[in-house]
Amino acid sequence: MRYAVGIDLGSTTTKAVVLGEDRRPLGRGITNSRSNYEVACQVALSEALIDARFSLVARELEAFGLEPGAREALRLELERLFRAEQYRSQLAELRRVLDRNCRRLLTKPAALPAALTRILDRMGAEVGDLYAPGARRKSDFFRDLAGSRYLALAEAEARASGVGFDLLAGAFDKAILEVENSAAAAGRFEDHARAAVARLSRPEPLLHAAVDRAAATELVQVGSVGTGYGRQKLPFPEAQVRSEILCHGLGAHALFPGTRTVLDIGGQDTKAIQVDADGIVTSFQMNDRCAAGCGRYLGYIADEMSLGLHELGPLASESTRPVRINSTCTVFAGAELRERLSLGEKREDILAGLHRAIILRAMSLLARSGGVRDQFTFTGGVAKNNAAVAALKALLKENYGELQVNISEDSIYTGALGASLFALRDASGGAA
Amino acid sequence: MSGPAPTPTPEASKDSSQLRQKEMIARHFDRLAAAPETGEKTAYTFVPGNLSELLLSFDVLPVLPEINSLQSAMRGRSADYISLAEKLGHSEDVCTYVKSDIGMLKSGNIGPTGQRLPNPDLLLLSYTGCFTFMKWFELLAQEYQAPVTMLQVPYQADGRITDDMRRYVVDQLRRKVIPTLEQVTGRAYDEDRLRECLALSAQAEDDLVAVLRAARHRPSPIDAYFGAVYYVGPIFSSFRGTRAAVDYYRALREEIEQRMAHGLGPVTPEGEMGAERFRIVVEGPPNWTSFRQFWKMFSDEGAVCVASTYAKVGGMYDLGFRHDPQRPLESLAEYCLGCYTNLSLPTRIDLIVRYLEEYEADGFLINSVKSCNSFSAGQLHILREVEARSGRPGGFIESDLVDPRYFSAANIKNRLESYFQMLQQKSRNPNPVAAS
Amino acid sequence: MSTPPLAELVARAEALYLDYRLGAVREWKRKTGGLAIGYMPIYVPRELLHAQGVLPVGVMGGREDLEIIKGDAYYQSYICHIPRSTIELGLNGSLDPLDGMLFPAICDVIRNLSGMWQSLFPDKLAHYLDLPQDFDPELGGRFYRHDLERLSASLVERGARPLTSEALARSIELYNAERREVRALYELRRTQPWKLPTHELYLFLRAALVLPVEESTELFRQYRQAVLDDPGRKPLDQARVVLTGSFCEQPPLGLIKTLERAGCSIVDDDFVQVLRFIRSDIPVGDDPLGALVHAFLTDAMASPTRYVDRGRKGAELVQRVRACGAEGLLFCAPSFCDPALLDQPMLVKAVEAEGIAWTAFKYAENSGQFQVIREQAGTFADSIKLWSNA
Repeated sequence: MRYAVGIDLGSTTTKAVVLGEDRRPLGRGITNSRSNYEVACQVALSEALIDARFSLVARELEAFGLEPGAREALRLELERLFRAEQYRSQLAELRRVLDRNCRRLLTKPAALPAALTRILDRMGAEVGDLYAPGARRKSDFFRDLAGSRYLALAEAEARASGVGFDLLAGAFDKAILEVENSAAAAGRFEDHARAAVARLSRPEPLLHAAVDRAAATELVQVGSVGTGYGRQKLPFPEAQVRSEILCHGLGAHALFPGTRTVLDIGGQDTKAIQVDADGIVTSFQMNDRCAAGCGRYLGYIADEMSLGLHELGPLASESTRPVRINSTCTVFAGAELRERLSLGEKREDILAGLHRAIILRAMSLLARSGGVRDQFTFTGGVAKNNAAVAALKALLKENYGELQVNISEDSIYTGALGASLFALRDASGGAA
Repeated sequence: MSGPAPTPTPEASKDSSQLRQKEMIARHFDRLAAAPETGEKTAYTFVPGNLSELLLSFDVLPVLPEINSLQSAMRGRSADYISLAEKLGHSEDVCTYVKSDIGMLKSGNIGPTGQRLPNPDLLLLSYTGCFTFMKWFELLAQEYQAPVTMLQVPYQADGRITDDMRRYVVDQLRRKVIPTLEQVTGRAYDEDRLRECLALSAQAEDDLVAVLRAARHRPSPIDAYFGAVYYVGPIFSSFRGTRAAVDYYRALREEIEQRMAHGLGPVTPEGEMGAERFRIVVEGPPNWTSFRQFWKMFSDEGAVCVASTYAKVGGMYDLGFRHDPQRPLESLAEYCLGCYTNLSLPTRIDLIVRYLEEYEADGFLINSVKSCNSFSAGQLHILREVEARSGRPGGFIESDLVDPRYFSAANIKNRLESYFQMLQQKSRNPNPVAAS
Repeated sequence: MSTPPLAELVARAEALYLDYRLGAVREWKRKTGGLAIGYMPIYVPRELLHAQGVLPVGVMGGREDLEIIKGDAYYQSYICHIPRSTIELGLNGSLDPLDGMLFPAICDVIRNLSGMWQSLFPDKLAHYLDLPQDFDPELGGRFYRHDLERLSASLVERGARPLTSEALARSIELYNAERREVRALYELRRTQPWKLPTHELYLFLRAALVLPVEESTELFRQYRQAVLDDPGRKPLDQARVVLTGSFCEQPPLGLIKTLERAGCSIVDDDFVQVLRFIRSDIPVGDDPLGALVHAFLTDAMASPTRYVDRGRKGAELVQRVRACGAEGLLFCAPSFCDPALLDQPMLVKAVEAEGIAWTAFKYAENSGQFQVIREQAGTFADSIKLWSNA
């Protein structure tokens, strides 16, 4: 099967979208961006290809005539068990790397090897619970999942065995880089999928057959396009690199064909894009040098309040009397926050004001780019923040009247999706 | 605010006109360096609204602080100069030309050729199109003993030059500037000599206009933004009204006409440019700290600047103005009044729209510099209005004149690439990429 | 005349200050049917407008509570705040009662705003008042006079009365009276600063911008009478300071309060400069227009927007500090304000030569937090009190 891939190398995450020749997205992958962009691309792509095989499984099940509900249930079950297998495989790699690094240490506490072994054993024993049906996981990244368990266990181990916690934590920090960058550790689809099928509580011959067929399908890459903040660093020939503006425009158009105006608020920048009926960009504006009003600003605020980034929106939504905040200067964010708190203002009211301030910056950018036209599509990490969305909708209505506001669950993949569409078009002989 | 030949980096490609210009400038700085010994008089003054011919008629040598600042930037010195000025109490918020100049002054006043600049015998404040000029000379007046004379040039707020404006400038020339020059030089005003200089100016101006208008040809033989910095150098700075400038512009014109006849594009510091892919009009001054890198971001994409407003800060010759020996002071007044930064926002919008049409440009770019409010305040309005009126897409990038802290290469390249790719997408009859 | 209670006067001034939508101007227009013309800070010859039956209305930007939605779309981050709020007010309809705007030659930002106004509000008068930087009556004076005649003619075109010498003479006298009241208030601040805190005086200065001169003069008079009559206000132990740099974009009220709470008694300042720009009474004489021009050339404040010859730079500031017995100087300029910030090193040099203590900080009209300034001003006030007590 032939596919095209789009890769969006963002400042915080790298995304890949695999597109079939029928222009339907087959798979998506995401990973933390890191200094080695080439590895980030590989990891994102291999994740997307695994995801693509799941899509193929679903298509096979459909071909077998299964009801949609049953198909979805099987797919979810397969994926749960698959991820558990993948986690085990990565855990084994983590054990190997930790062990190797430990042996290389010239001086070390005598108890260290045994302490590491105990931690890894415990983590291995927990996999079943971590991936139990209905269990909720805080992240899809191995680094986050394994990291939080490892550090918790290391703390207990440090108390019990007297091995320094810093030493244990340092060992993990060093090892995880290698593990998360290893495609081998992430494993091959057919191995994990077959193992997952074997673990099913009762035999599912159709799923078995579907997995076999999906695994046997040859996936042939016919085109690739890279985009995003780090695109200059992408291991792509220049002709296969597109600006994230074009990719975002086209991606938003693909998600919502009625899109005319796109707002993307990402970690490092904010973009306001106008597109025509074909998703072609007609004008755009990006935030100026200063990072005020970007997702990063919320990151500072979250740090300052010792909250998780995802907790800001819900807290702000509890506000009844939003505070007026004029400065979205990242440098002053901390000072402003502390002063407001010292004046006795409530955290939720301050947060609501901050969210509105960020959206006000975005409104300026939209106005600069040519205003807002129906339909309006909001993408980027901040589109997941309900308080930001609420502030945006209110301001849009005040300034531009009623219009349709689109927000996709998958908005983080918008740029990669656009890139994959360009890749497919390039591959099919269309011009760049 | 303009630029003569920047000190070239060793491997930069140059054509013969550029070499000739380099020699002219070297000779000028030699004379300046020798002035304390030769007794030649010097005046510090500005590019927009400069009174070159009048100074020439008194044999006074001009020193142009803006040019010194931009040269400091091209030689990689401006960062230190600016930081010195900020240490001395100058705000980080204000014009970096001023701070670079003050820093240079406080570091021994070594000019672009490595020679020491003479102290001024006159501070000739030509207050044209830029409020900061006035403050700049208030600052310089604190450093030197030389007399200060100011020429206030009224702003063309309503898009035209009135009799009152012209008269105000002429009266100031007659009653203030000329008597001060007479006093400084000990010589009488010689109107015949001034007329001769003005006649030479007009000749050079004809040839400059022919060069700038060559960009209407496809492919354009010149880059009318980056390349034009060199072309306007002599006429914007110390050479307007000289025989040397007449010869230079005659030779330059021939060189450009040759290129046009052979269907050649512009020469960039990297050599001959590849095929012309985009024709762009540019508004705003260039960045000087990364001038060559900035230019390369255009030339690598096949983008040629076919017209720019920056090349008009020292005079709007392409719209027909010529210095006129028959009306010496009146024509100097009209020259000052007509410089680009002295035009109202609506006039600037009209001009850019006109350039887009006349030069058949694909779009326009605004380089918004932090330092220069005269240019920058209102550029977002210009962007919107020009887009609406011309139907051609505008791009917006931000940098600074001479402060390297405000040139973020990755950021600017990102925007430029996005912009050029957008132009390309739009120029192609969109082949709809529908998605499911 | 009886004087209303102080609280009532303050409430009236505050209401006028807070009313973005210029209710008082709308009301005046409804009653008189006259033209109202807005003007940007520092200086315009209000006398001329008044003499033609036009209400001059000071537009000093926004305040901390004006939410900027449209205005930011017109300006880069490195440009000061006042043009954003002015455009916001224009686009949100607050300035609808104004038939035009005057843009005095403050700096390039305001100069360019005049052109934006022409293009955004083509039906309104937008006049760039190109104030002369040459103060010779035959040069700058003549040019300025012609510009005023041109302005006067444009007002007539829009329905204002033609300018007559008699009317202008009367108007000059009225504004002389207002200037006298303002000078008296500042004199009171000099002698008994506790009687009228600056954050309160400031409300009256701002309120005057939207009132006819007859009313603003009376408001100032009543206010002065009321504070003199008020027995409740007692001297405070504060450092006497002069504040400079806030002549265009005005500081938020919170900033003034912060400085006072930090122990600074602001005995002179350059807020709402238009009210004091001409320093003394303008003698009317036979040629009132000539007198108006002459006053601008020879009797204006040494604002950083004006060209000041070598040797005189900073002299007026030093003299002001001395005249009001101040112990220190606050350079309090808006961020990105070219006139204030380019001037500052020269002023610093002049005051340092006189041994005057100073400190500097920046604000924007919508600044919401003053923690750093409070600490800085507090330390400054403490240190100069320490010195003066030593």
